Amino acid sequence: MKNKSLVSINDYSVEEILYILKLASYFEKNPIQPLMQDKVIASLFFEPSTRTRLSFETAMGRLGAKIIGFTDSSSSSTTKGESIKDTIRMVSNYADLIVMRHSLEGSVRYASEQSSVPVINAGDGANQHPTQTLLDLYSIQKTQGRLDNLKIFLVGDLKYGRTVHSLLIALSLFNPEFYFVAPEELSLPKEYKLFLQRKGITFYEDVEMNNLDKADILYMTRVQKERFSDPMEYERVKNAYVLRNSMLNKTKDNMRVLHPLPRVNEIDTDVDSNPKAYYFQQAENGVYTRMAIISAIMGLSLT
Amino acid sequence: MSQHKMQVSAIENGTVIDHIPVKSLFDVILILGLDNIENQITFGANLDSKKQGKKGIIKVSDKYFENDEINKIALVAPHAKLNIIEDYFVAEKRDVIIPDIVTGIVKCFNPKCVTNHEAIVTRFKVENKEVLALKCHYCEKITTRDELLVI
Ligand SMILES: [Zn+2]
Repeated sequence: MKNKSLVSINDYSVEEILYILKLASYFEKNPIQPLMQDKVIASLFFEPSTRTRLSFETAMGRLGAKIIGFTDSSSSSTTKGESIKDTIRMVSNYADLIVMRHSLEGSVRYASEQSSVPVINAGDGANQHPTQTLLDLYSIQKTQGRLDNLKIFLVGDLKYGRTVHSLLIALSLFNPEFYFVAPEELSLPKEYKLFLQRKGITFYEDVEMNNLDKADILYMTRVQKERFSDPMEYERVKNAYVLRNSMLNKTKDNMRVLHPLPRVNEIDTDVDSNPKAYYFQQAENGVYTRMAIISAIMGLSLT
Repeated sequence: MSQHKMQVSAIENGTVIDHIPVKSLFDVILILGLDNIENQITFGANLDSKKQGKKGIIKVSDKYFENDEINKIALVAPHAKLNIIEDYFVAEKRDVIIPDIVTGIVKCFNPKCVTNHEAIVTRFKVENKEVLALKCHYCEKITTRDELLVI
């Protein structure tokens, strides 16, 4: 994967995914690794995302790299009408690696074709966010000791959630059993169900969080009012997708609750002190996973 | 000449593209760039067809198409038939074949796709030839026959 852009989770094989997770675990144990002191990384956030940017820039900082770039397009040349192509052609002459986020879908694939250095996708609209998927996999592996044969509950907006779709496709490499919990209007699109059927993966669908005692991982996502065609319908169903501490009573000891953050109200704050709540550590894992991805693409040799 | 009355006059040498769906006639002209060539072209729309009710037909004098070029029209005219004419006779008949990769003919239906915002040549992988499902190389969304727009 040296010098190869990471645009979509589908760009990585099982072996490459496992290699990244192994590296992430190494960086978690040895977080100060100034391996990139002579390197420059461009952090191009055409669309602002404080959370993802801070995670990436922390990873870059821990690797000792110099960071150039912008945090939203109002402070970049794109407001003057410069094309993605021109920005990337210019920046790839300065930097050794580009991290890019943009609201247009496919923009990072296009940038990777225009760039003379590798590009990492930090989110292209509703399309892909592969570093989120890899940090989710790392969190699952770390808490369960494995990735295969797990019972995964995915809860909330399963129709529009890009995080959920990428995670589902990546986990499908490891023989999971899925439990999808979503309001009917936001249920998993047919194309993903067909994909799972073709792969012979068992899945169940429900409109409420039942059978949580079966779960190894409970992955929560936001249910947004704007996604409903009828606001009354949202009011009617919204409480079914809020996780409360009491609901975790009968769950497995090593079951963990994940959430890509930011959370709104889908996880009650009374869950936060439960040792099964893992979403803040999950965010921290993002730094190690991104260090792993950057160093794998840069072909750094570890000490 | 047969007893049938010719609906569009015959050509001496060139290519006749027959059995074009009427609604796709102008797309075929655009895809093949026939609006930009010097050759004599005649076309007919809403002609009677035994197979499909009404059809369109295009005759291009002194022009023969490469397979790669002509197969592009299979996206909008999958049942088109090619007649290669030499000295007023049909020298060869050919079908069109939907290609595996489609470059620069079709617009991605996803309004948020980068190809609809910058000067980028579109590129699709044909995932299903029967129902025609084109997967965008950039945004990874599927454009289907009903959503298909020629650039
Ligand atoms: Zn597209």
